[in-house]
Amino acid sequence: MLAFWNRFRRNRSAVLGLGILTVILIIAATANLFYPEDPFSLAGRAMSPPGENGFLLGSDSLGRDVAAGIAHGAKTSLLIGLVATLVAVFIGAIMGAFAGYYGGWIDDILMRTTEMFQTIPSFVFAILLVAIMKPSIESIIVAIAVVSWPGVARLVRGEFLALRNREFVQACQTVGMSDLRIMLGEILPNCLSPIIVIGSLMVATAILIESGLAFLGLGDPNIMSWGFQIGAGRTLLRSAWWVCAFPGIAILLTVLAINLVGEGLNDALNPRLRERQ
Amino acid sequence: MTAPLLDIRNLHVALPEGSQRPYAVEDASMRLGENEILCVVGESGSGKSLTARAVMGLLPAPHVRVEKGAIEFAGEDLTQVSQARLRDIRGSDISMIFQEPMTALNPVMTIGRQIDEVFRFHVRMSGRERRERALQLLADVHLPDPAQIMGAYPHELSGGQRQRAMIAMALALDPKILIADEPTTALDVTTQAQILKLVKEMQAAHNTGVLFITHDFGVVADIADQVVVMQGGRVVEAGPAGQILNHPEHDYTKALIASVPSLSPRPARPRAEEAVLRIEDLNKVYRGGRSFFGLGKETRTVTAAVDVNLDLRRGETLGIVGESGSGKSTVARCIVRLTDADSGRILLDGEDLRPLGRSALRAYRSKIQMVFQDPFASLNPRRRVGSIIAQGMRLQGTSAETAREKARSLLEIVGLDERAFNRFPHEFSGGQRQRIGIARALALDPEVLVADEPVSALDVSIQAQILLLLDEIRERMNLSMVFITHDLRVAAQVCDQLAVMRHGRVVEAGPTAAIFADPQDPYTRDLLGAVPGKDWHPPQAAEPA
Repeated sequence: MLAFWNRFRRNRSAVLGLGILTVILIIAATANLFYPEDPFSLAGRAMSPPGENGFLLGSDSLGRDVAAGIAHGAKTSLLIGLVATLVAVFIGAIMGAFAGYYGGWIDDILMRTTEMFQTIPSFVFAILLVAIMKPSIESIIVAIAVVSWPGVARLVRGEFLALRNREFVQACQTVGMSDLRIMLGEILPNCLSPIIVIGSLMVATAILIESGLAFLGLGDPNIMSWGFQIGAGRTLLRSAWWVCAFPGIAILLTVLAINLVGEGLNDALNPRLRERQ
Repeated sequence: MTAPLLDIRNLHVALPEGSQRPYAVEDASMRLGENEILCVVGESGSGKSLTARAVMGLLPAPHVRVEKGAIEFAGEDLTQVSQARLRDIRGSDISMIFQEPMTALNPVMTIGRQIDEVFRFHVRMSGRERRERALQLLADVHLPDPAQIMGAYPHELSGGQRQRAMIAMALALDPKILIADEPTTALDVTTQAQILKLVKEMQAAHNTGVLFITHDFGVVADIADQVVVMQGGRVVEAGPAGQILNHPEHDYTKALIASVPSLSPRPARPRAEEAVLRIEDLNKVYRGGRSFFGLGKETRTVTAAVDVNLDLRRGETLGIVGESGSGKSTVARCIVRLTDADSGRILLDGEDLRPLGRSALRAYRSKIQMVFQDPFASLNPRRRVGSIIAQGMRLQGTSAETAREKARSLLEIVGLDERAFNRFPHEFSGGQRQRIGIARALALDPEVLVADEPVSALDVSIQAQILLLLDEIRERMNLSMVFITHDLRVAAQVCDQLAVMRHGRVVEAGPTAAIFADPQDPYTRDLLGAVPGKDWHPPQAAEPA
């Protein structure tokens, strides 16, 4: 673990990303402490610029506190990003593992299915799914997971293909181990590194998709989100820039931080790249 | 000896900081004369390849570099000359052939173009002339139909043909020195014999000095004029081939030569009556090349085993020998049921295993266990050694406590420290890993041990230890063993019975001593004739024990 941290630390920008991510996590965790009221509630004068009328980051056209929205929106973004990614990785890993391990017609069926999902542009597909299922936090998570698992499936399939013919797997077969046990206990631990890396990057994509959906008005109407804030403020961009700008910066920083951390994980977990530094 | 062509003096090649040792090559000196073959022999990590690369200026800079010493070639110190001059020398005055011709040749260029490039970069010649020279070269290395080979891509040639093409390319500009880095290690033994003959022939025809890197004393015995023995980056002994091979002075050289398995088979032991494993009319064809949903036509079929019959008696070792593609590994995989045979019978104590399904088979799994070839791929890098060994026992329902106890005692049996139990595979050397692999195979108290090239990835001294261990274990646990190997020397030392395979068929089978003394099949004769260094008898083995 210490060795891992030392390798991770060598990538300076990854450490920076981790720092930003920590700050965002703290903001999300303390949102209810600093802004105990509903972020949708009217908190004061509408259209106050940042720093005036007691609004740190200003207020929007209805007098909602932008800072409160960002703090509560952080919760939404991180939650959706994480849960959707977990679901996607779970589905993708199962599909990829079976396809890669068994090959043959199982591989054919699973991979053709994967390709069908990949032919539809993912954002359009997500919009479609949410529109069909009615916007809610669950439907958004499902939509994001459905559009992001194919990448994981392809990655895991490749890893399983490469590992299933390794002699240690054959050794397990000769002692009569069951396939499921070989897949879960022997092969999967050996491809955790790439899965962790792709998963961390997928969190960023999921946050972007969620913001995009909320911006288009397809977010959960009862939950504050950065995309919703930008969507609500877009008509005021010239008169009240802060309504859009601060949630935008929040998205930018979060996605950037996650990408940096993902890259750092990749460097630290992938032994072949270690020599690069 | 005339003035040396190549004079390496006190060469130091430094490794990057934090490596196992500061120098890959330390204070190495050697001289290569005209029209002479100098063999550099050593085990892996001895620095022999890096010495060769230093001469070519092909060290993986900037991490590995020449720190001290001189490499003098025709009055020039190659460690001092400019990159441009070095490029000039490479190819025209010094050229190199590599271990794996498939990776050394450019896969997207025809052989003809690759040879042509050598001419274009170094000399002025018309296209016609260049083509004629190239054809001549290919004919010189005895490639059939040079014109056709010119237009062929590397993957269209066999391993031996590729190596011939590489040699043709290396000799294109009549270099003064040819550096050969294990050029025959990746080849089959019969091909190896042909390539060695070719190298010798070419060397004599062109008066070339050859720096030949190898780990195989048999090869040394076949071609070397001078020998340099390296260990851990240092030259431990140097001298004429006859002297080093037959009267080694240094302890390390003695040990190395002593661990070369002798070609004279070990004395025959009485054969048990009881057959443990019988293979009857085993057939296996690999099919491939089907595309989309299996709807396409089958394009490739490889016949790997045809009517194979084998008979393994209790307590004996049956060797299956053959070259790559002979089907010997397929037979092994069919026996342990990693691959399903198409037809035939696999009788273990009279019970046919072939038709059994997975669950029915589970009860028999423990009776046939396997030792794998590659000690680096055969252990799960994420599991501790103890758990790797105990895994099979746990699956068979042994309690955790008993399995642990047994794993510990097995570690002791295979000659490893008990502390190995809690460590990960990457902390062990290749030989130690192979011991772990053997312990795992023994954990289920098998009746039959199938060993697929268990020593071919190991250095010769380690190889001897593992062979000894396998023999000891077979004796102690009353095992019967199927031993797959391509190396007839190894086969002579461990096998009681031999089966020679070619193109999926058993062409000859019988007691090892009988086959070695009087091979019946022409292919067996070829194989025996191609063993490198067959006329050389290591001094220890030659003396009556």
